[in-house]
Amino acid sequence: MAHDQSSTHSETRRQLQMARSMCWHCQSEMSGEYFCERCVKVQPVSKDTDYFTCLGFPRRLTLDPKKLEAKFYELSRAFHPDFYQTKSPTEQTISLGNAAVLNTAYRTLRDPIQRAEYLLALEAGSVKDIRTSPPADLFEEILELQDTLDQYRASDHDSDEGHRLRAMLQGEQQTLERRREEMESQLQQLFTDWDELQDRGEATSQARAERDRILKHMRDLLSNRTYVNNIVNDLAATIA
Amino acid sequence: MARIVGIDLGTTNSLIAYMKDDQPCVVPDRHGRTMVPSVVALTDNGLIVGDSAREHLTRNPERTVYSVKRFMGKGLVDVQSELAYFPYHLSETGGVIRIRLGPKNYSPPQISAMILKELKRRAEAHLGESLTKAVITVPAYFNDSQRQATKDAGLIAGLEVLRIINEPTAASLAYGLQEKTQGTIAVYDFGGGTFDISILKLKDGIFEVLATNGDTHLGGDDLDRVLVDLFVEEIRDQRGIDIGSYPDHMQAIRLEAERAKIRLSDELKTEITIELPEDKGRFTRELTRDQLESLVVRIIECTLAPCRIALKDAGLTPNDIDEVVLVGGSTRMPLVRQRVEALFGKVPHCHLNPDEVVALGAAVQADILSGGTTDMLLLDVTPLSLGIETMGGVMSSLIRRNTTIPASAKEMFTTYVDGQTGVDIHILQGERELVKDNRSLARFRLKVPPLPAGVPRIEVTFLIDANGILNVTAKDMRTGQSQSIEVKPSYGLSDTEVERMIEDSFKFAAEDVSARKLIEARLDADALVKTTEKSLAEAGHLASTEEVNGIRTALALLSTAKDGTDARLIRARMADLEQAAKHLNVVMLDDSLKKSLHGKKVSDV
Repeated sequence: MAHDQSSTHSETRRQLQMARSMCWHCQSEMSGEYFCERCVKVQPVSKDTDYFTCLGFPRRLTLDPKKLEAKFYELSRAFHPDFYQTKSPTEQTISLGNAAVLNTAYRTLRDPIQRAEYLLALEAGSVKDIRTSPPADLFEEILELQDTLDQYRASDHDSDEGHRLRAMLQGEQQTLERRREEMESQLQQLFTDWDELQDRGEATSQARAERDRILKHMRDLLSNRTYVNNIVNDLAATIA
Repeated sequence: MARIVGIDLGTTNSLIAYMKDDQPCVVPDRHGRTMVPSVVALTDNGLIVGDSAREHLTRNPERTVYSVKRFMGKGLVDVQSELAYFPYHLSETGGVIRIRLGPKNYSPPQISAMILKELKRRAEAHLGESLTKAVITVPAYFNDSQRQATKDAGLIAGLEVLRIINEPTAASLAYGLQEKTQGTIAVYDFGGGTFDISILKLKDGIFEVLATNGDTHLGGDDLDRVLVDLFVEEIRDQRGIDIGSYPDHMQAIRLEAERAKIRLSDELKTEITIELPEDKGRFTRELTRDQLESLVVRIIECTLAPCRIALKDAGLTPNDIDEVVLVGGSTRMPLVRQRVEALFGKVPHCHLNPDEVVALGAAVQADILSGGTTDMLLLDVTPLSLGIETMGGVMSSLIRRNTTIPASAKEMFTTYVDGQTGVDIHILQGERELVKDNRSLARFRLKVPPLPAGVPRIEVTFLIDANGILNVTAKDMRTGQSQSIEVKPSYGLSDTEVERMIEDSFKFAAEDVSARKLIEARLDADALVKTTEKSLAEAGHLASTEEVNGIRTALALLSTAKDGTDARLIRARMADLEQAAKHLNVVMLDDSLKKSLHGKKVSDV
């Protein structure tokens, strides 16, 4: 099976890491995933282990939530501090750290948006940047909305004018929610594109260009969606 | 591994439970009572706890502490609005409330430790072994300071607190074990002083908390106060008496209000009787359930908003909830049940005793920790967002509320000025934007090597452990050196203070034991005096004058001993009296036998 460059790179690094790492307890070479095969002691999740690897999933954007949950429960049973109360202090510390990593990993991968943002950070090395100005196609609309919002905030909410503005804002909220849904379905399409590309596993320059296109488009969409999402939340809070 | 017990340290009552043949059970006292009133009284004979202390609420209100849980992890300013309701004197030192009992001041963890010790003693007597490890429950919505204060109380009581667990989740463990519940459940826990709602998913032995919310200052106490306020006002208007200035009568009113509220869960109306001060007679009135409900409906509705937020945070609607479980004494009120049913659209259930279910769950968790069972696992969440103060007095969230614990977040810190040697960090908990609207948890100073601005890189890890308690560690990324951090709690005892309290507690343990022995000896002596006097009155004529005189002398000697402080002397005098009255008792027994046989035919015997 072939991988694209960056994923192959991290895979190799991970394998090296595994081969090099030794059990903290019996010093034997580690081959098991989280438990030493010789002395059965729990091993700390490596700092370089990404959340997909931690939960035993490939870097795909469509994950079966049931399988993810089952894996999370399985690993929780393996790591949770409740089951280490009678063990040594070192094992207790490892269990606590591992459980915390596992919880973060599950929380991140469970949510499709957070999952995509995380993958983007892994693949393109970017941290999610939240836009501070509206996306171009929404520029006019958002400016108008801000005006209406200001007017509503200044108005007597029980007056006719207040009611009229509120109705307008409710309309706007619905429009923006639809807009958010559109972006989410576009994202969904990109997720599928990404997964298919990964599954094909071609190492051609065409595949690399396709990979870059998906990642860039995804980044723009995620950033626009976050922007719209914040506006919707703010709007909902104002007229609630 | 040594036995671990489960403790429900409640606002009104506390219980201790353990696992017996795979089933949790609550430890009863000699009379079969499972609840220990969370009341501590300072009497002339020393500190007493529980039922006997409860009697001092009206006799000795200034020296009898109740509802101490409301003060855990708090400063005086937090309870300012309700100071008038408490007859005992409160002050504050180092961000911690102090309660005056006689000549000394006690912190809330110390008072709670006395209750814990009483529970520990009771369980030790019941199980015939010494106990040193415990799981203690707290309201799910308790913040870090309140949890830490509970842990401190355990330490002071000589208990290693292996886990602090949330009351509603403890209840779900008990239900999961006994009812084999599966699916999504809502636990509505309305107790004496606190309210919690937790939404959980139960699947294959995993108890995953999806969201929790609540109010740590909302409970049965608040319902009682509405009634107290009403009665005080009526007594003033109708009888012209300012009863608020009589602490003992105020306590009597509070207890009467509580009793009336409880009665009205079963009855539609009840009679209120309050003795007035200075021989002014009695105040009586009828109170109907309707009247009670219209008075407290506003408070009960305060529990509904947290339920809605918890549902929203869990991403669920009421329809998604398979079962609603009721926990806590206040859920016995029909109005509470109606409102809960209306909100969730299903009949809530409470197959397990709502007073005992939390302690039972704590025993189940204790069993999990001791390796007794690996079938069940609780995945709980942190109830409040954790963050740090940033520029402009704004809180920056690091760990959001309802994050599964253990949870950790890392943050990198650097310097803004050349040669700066420290960075001050202020840790907060809460959901609001501004620092001033959130709860200050602690402050600490990060040590930084003097370098040009921006060069130092110190990584701080904020870790919320399985108890929901924060641990902070720091590492210099340039040198890889870890540094120890001295965190100064905003509303908690310092480590040195807790250590001193533990020492004090050991020092006074010997005194406590002798005080207890004295109290018990006196109680037993009282009982013996009473029965002997009764025997003398009923059967004195059957004994010789010499014998009667002997008994009277022994009685007098016992009375004198009872006024002293030597428990062994009291016991010795009791033995003397028993010896002196031995013959009389035999004679009495014969006499009563004769009487019962009198008039009966031999064939009937």
